[in-house]
This record gives sequence, C-alpha cells and structure tokens, in this order.
Amino acid sequence: MSEEVINHSNQHKQTLKNMPDRAGHFGPYGGRFVAETLMGPLNELEQAYCRYIKDSDFVAELEHDLKHFVGRPSPLYHAKRWSEQLGGAQIYLKREDLNHTGAHKVNNTVGQALLAKRMGKHRVIAETGAGQHGVASATVAARYGMECVVYMGAEDIRRQSINVFRMKLLGATVVSVEAGSKTLKDALNEAMRDWVTNVDDTFYIIGTVAGPHPYPAMVRDFNSIVGKEARRQCLEINDRLPDAIVACVGGGSNAIGLFHEFLDDNDVAIYGVEAAGDGIETGHHAAPLNAGKPGVLHGNRTYLMEDNYGQIIETHSISAGLDYPGVGPEHAWLKDSGRANYVSVTDTEALQAFHDLTRIEGIIPALESSHALAYAKKLAAGMTKNQTILINLSGRGDKDIHTVATYEGITL
Amino acid sequence: MNRIADCFQNLEQQNKKALIPFITAGDPDKDITLELMFELVKAGANMIELGVPFSDPMADGPVIQRASERALEHHTNSDDVFDIVSEFRKKDATTPIILMGYLNPIEVMGYKVFAEKAENAGVDGVLVVDLPPEESLEFSQIFQKHNIAEIFLVSPTTRQERLQRICEVGSGFLYYVSLKGVTGSNRLDVAAVAQKLEEIRAVSKLPLGVGFGIKDAQTAADVSVICDAVVVGSALVERVEEYNGDAASLKTNINSFIQELRQAMDKQQ
Repeated sequence: MSEEVINHSNQHKQTLKNMPDRAGHFGPYGGRFVAETLMGPLNELEQAYCRYIKDSDFVAELEHDLKHFVGRPSPLYHAKRWSEQLGGAQIYLKREDLNHTGAHKVNNTVGQALLAKRMGKHRVIAETGAGQHGVASATVAARYGMECVVYMGAEDIRRQSINVFRMKLLGATVVSVEAGSKTLKDALNEAMRDWVTNVDDTFYIIGTVAGPHPYPAMVRDFNSIVGKEARRQCLEINDRLPDAIVACVGGGSNAIGLFHEFLDDNDVAIYGVEAAGDGIETGHHAAPLNAGKPGVLHGNRTYLMEDNYGQIIETHSISAGLDYPGVGPEHAWLKDSGRANYVSVTDTEALQAFHDLTRIEGIIPALESSHALAYAKKLAAGMTKNQTILINLSGRGDKDIHTVATYEGITL
Repeated sequence: MNRIADCFQNLEQQNKKALIPFITAGDPDKDITLELMFELVKAGANMIELGVPFSDPMADGPVIQRASERALEHHTNSDDVFDIVSEFRKKDATTPIILMGYLNPIEVMGYKVFAEKAENAGVDGVLVVDLPPEESLEFSQIFQKHNIAEIFLVSPTTRQERLQRICEVGSGFLYYVSLKGVTGSNRLDVAAVAQKLEEIRAVSKLPLGVGFGIKDAQTAADVSVICDAVVVGSALVERVEEYNGDAASLKTNINSFIQELRQAMDKQQ
C-alpha cells in the first residue's frame, strides 16, 4: 500500500514547468483576447509551432543557427572583482550580451523566423521599443531572405536613432508610429493592425512573452535555452545550483528564459526586477507587477499599469526596453503563486550598477540588464561568500551610451 | 423588452434593412455625442453603435483611433458613456443602443457592475472586440442576466467549427467583418461577402450585420441586399473629425449623409 501511495504522489509531483493549459492560460492570466479575424491565424500558428518544435529537422536547423549564427552557448562569467568588492555572494553573469546582435532577443527571432519559413510566410513584421528586437528581427529577415517591416514609436525612434539605422542597413522598413504615447505599446498595436490586414502572407514576430496564446509560451521556449545552458554551466563550474537567480523584467522574455529551467528547483530563489523609474511612489515607473493590477491588453490577461477606468497609462524608465505597461502572463502567475519575487530598482540605482560593472569588470551592460545588476548588488551584500547569484546579463550597453551621456549632462 | 429583436421585426414588416451608424462616445464631447445620436435617428438610423473610448484600440484604423484619443483627451469614461445613454433614453425609448469597445474598461469595473449600470442606463447590446467566445463564459452569463445581448464578430478567417460556436453564444445579431483588416479599411467585395453570409445563414438564425469598409451610399445599398443590417463607422467619424467644434454644421452634414444611405438602401428593397 505504501508503494501505491508513493507512486500516486510521484504521478502528481508538482511541476511549475507545464504551463500554460491548452487555451494558453497561466492560472487566471494569459489566454487569447483578440479580434475575431486573428483567432484563425493564431490557431494555425499554434498548430505549426506544436508540430515543428517536435520536428527533428526543424530542431536541428534551429540548433545549427543558434550555434553558428548566434554564437551559442554563451559563456557563464564569474565576476570575481565585483563580487569581492560587494563582499557577499559570488556573482555569475550569463553573457547574453555576447550573442550576435548583442542581446538575448535573437534566440527568439531565429526560432520564429525559421517557423515563418516552414509556414510559407515570406514577410515578417515586428514591434520594437529600444530597437533590440527590431534589430534582431531585421537580422534574421536578412539571413533568411525575407521582407521585414518593423513598427516603432515615434518617440523611441528619436531616442534610438542608431538602432533605427541598423535596421535600415539590414534591409528592413521602419514605420514610425505616431499614435498614443508613441512608444512600444503603440508599436505593438500597429503591428497587430498590419498582421490582421496581411495575415495571409505575413508572420508577426512578437519580441516578448506577452501577446495572445501561443506567443507567451513560444517566446519563452525559444528563450529557455538561456536557463538550460546556465543551469548546466553552474553545475559544471560549482557542482551546485545557484542560491538566487536575477533578471530584469519589462515584457519579461529574458527573465522567463532564465527562470523557466529553475522553476522546480525549490532551493533557488528567483528575483524579477522591474523598472521603478523615478521611484514607485512618484507614479513615474514601469512596474506593473509591483504597482499595477490585473487587466487585459495586447491579447492576454496580466498585470497592467492602468487608471481607474481601465485606460492604459504612460510608463517611465530610463531603459526603453523596460518601458512597457504590461508584463508576460507567466510572470503574473509566478508572482501570485509566490514562486518568484518581483522587486524594482530606480533609474539612478540602475545607472550606478551600469557604471560599476563597466569600471570593475570591463563589461558595458544594457540599461535593461543594469536593473538586474542593481538588485543583485543589494542581494549579494546580505549573503555569504560561499553562496552564488546568477544574473542574466541580457544585453550589451553600446546602444545606451547616448542615453547615459544625456542623463548625466554630457554632450558627445 | 428586447429592443434589438423588436427593431429587426419592425423593419422586416416594412421590408427594410437596419442602418446602424457608429460614433465614439465623447467625440468631440459628451453633449455633441448626445445631440448626434438624436440626429442619427431623425435621419433614418435604426440602432446606434456607441464606441466606448479605449487607449489602445488594436482593431481600429486611424480614424476611430483618433476619435478615441479625442474622447480621452477630456477623460470620457465608462460612467460618462452610461450618462449619455441615460439621457438619450429620456427622449427615445425604442432605438437600440449597442456599446462597442474593448475588454479592459469593462474588466476594471467588474463584469457585474458594468452590466448593471449598462442595463439601468438602457443599453441593449455589447460588442467587445477583443473578447472571443472562448474567453467569454463568465461574461456571457452575467450580461445575459442583465438582458444585454452579446454581439460577436465573424470574419473572413472564421472557420466552420468556430462559426458554430459563435452562433451558439451570440445574441442580438452577428456582425460580419467584411474584410481582413481594421475598421475603415478598403472597400469591401460584395460578392465575397455574400458567399460568407450564405455559410453563416446555414448555421444561424440570428440577423446578420455587415461592417468594416462601408464608405458610401452605393456600397451600403449593395450590401443591404444580402444582409439584415449595415454598419457605418469610419465614414461617419471622419465627418465628426472634419467639423470638430462646429456642432451645427456637423449635425447638418451627418443628417444628409445618413439620409443618403437610408434612401439608397430603401431603394434596393
């Protein structure tokens, strides 16, 4: 009888890695909230994704390009000098900044572009905020010979002129979005409008783990290579798992990419770091998990920054990639379930961490990733020297030097 | 009382098709919206679709996006929309009012509170663009209890099995999106629409409305032959934008536009 009980409990062993359900729900979050015209195409996408992710030719091509085009696996780097100065836990950086195009975004765009090819779509579209996902999409479109249109808020185009030029060099058309707040959320609206109009020949490459099902699951799966590699590397280097893992959260693709592989490792503490902007108390921030409430936007139910009547409000962060009023539904669910902790750091704290890593380790981090670094600083100080923190260094900071200079009153 | 069913029944007896204009509540302000609603009925509209402004109208083209932005500039909210409908109901007890919008403003108020307020104001139907039947179980139960019809969209990409599901849960009428795209897109193809409407009629007895892409009297007339209701949105909202601030000229212009559509549609019957 006792054996039966054991078997029974094994069968029902709790895993947090089997979400979402068939309709794309992560508990009460996620789902598919779109106009009727997109329901058919989303079903078609879901079927194609489920089919090809198990197709050995597809997986082989994906792995080949991740290795030879992107440069995977990315290294795990022990930031010894920084750890020493902080005087606490040993800090390890997952070097997604060393990927081709300089961030984790390309893991997902390679996957989705290969899927688009299999589905016979020769035109890809994308939305972008800071321009990293736009560049990663334009890059794979060039690599696979596809037409590419990137939607970008007029305000972001102004802030990120170098990335705009990179996309154009790669052959993409960059469309300036003048509606609403002229930022990432408006670019996403406009890309959806393009998709609904040109759905027959167009594949929409969403850049984060938001949007209607199957995007949150699909984008997570393509990014989960980060966590898979990092977990293996930790075991190889230290023969044990890290005590804490930390990543920044805007839409949340780099974070879920790191977190997912560790969800069932209950001894590993998980921290997602949102952008507190000028400070949560000022209202000028981009921290829906810390200060928002559940609602429906961009095809899924999740935590949002909204007013009392459900209008989406403008967000603020020094980092354009975190400047988004929603967050991936799996993060909303991980927050409610208590498995992951969602914290926040201000523009100023992120900027200090940006300088710290640059001066102490010789690595210029993206302002997005600097949020994760800033929180890890606080965390490390309260830990012992034989403990370890793993941070997803999701992107490099070359794109941000103008922002940093402007913020500090320096004319380049 | 079911104003939508009564409306279709009356029109059928007169051998006419329903003309349903769309305007956004609060565009350019609450008072003008109310005046326009009366003007639309006077000119020959049979029902009114009232847009509930939303900051991120993903399924709308630029014309209706700008209408939302104008309404939100002075913070038109769901309670304002209910106020407009209540005021309208004081003088017009029969013309059905359908609210069209996005889920988040309803979600934040709570389905139950929104449905209660809508019913009390005199709303007859809701069309929530980003709420497909798959996600609307709880919503449908609550709105049904408050005698508010749930109108669903059917599109050129809707496959047979989903069509049946939509027909099972939809009430009031079905709204066929005549083309792939956003509101105010290119002119529709009447023959293609006719073919899809045949498919829908084979599985549903609900009246069929057609919208997206109806820009002038001729298209309205052509489409009216094959459906039960013609929805005109962007072409009307463009006029609201053009006459922004000049309420008198706006009313005159809208009156003649709706009359033109009415006459063209009636001639076909």
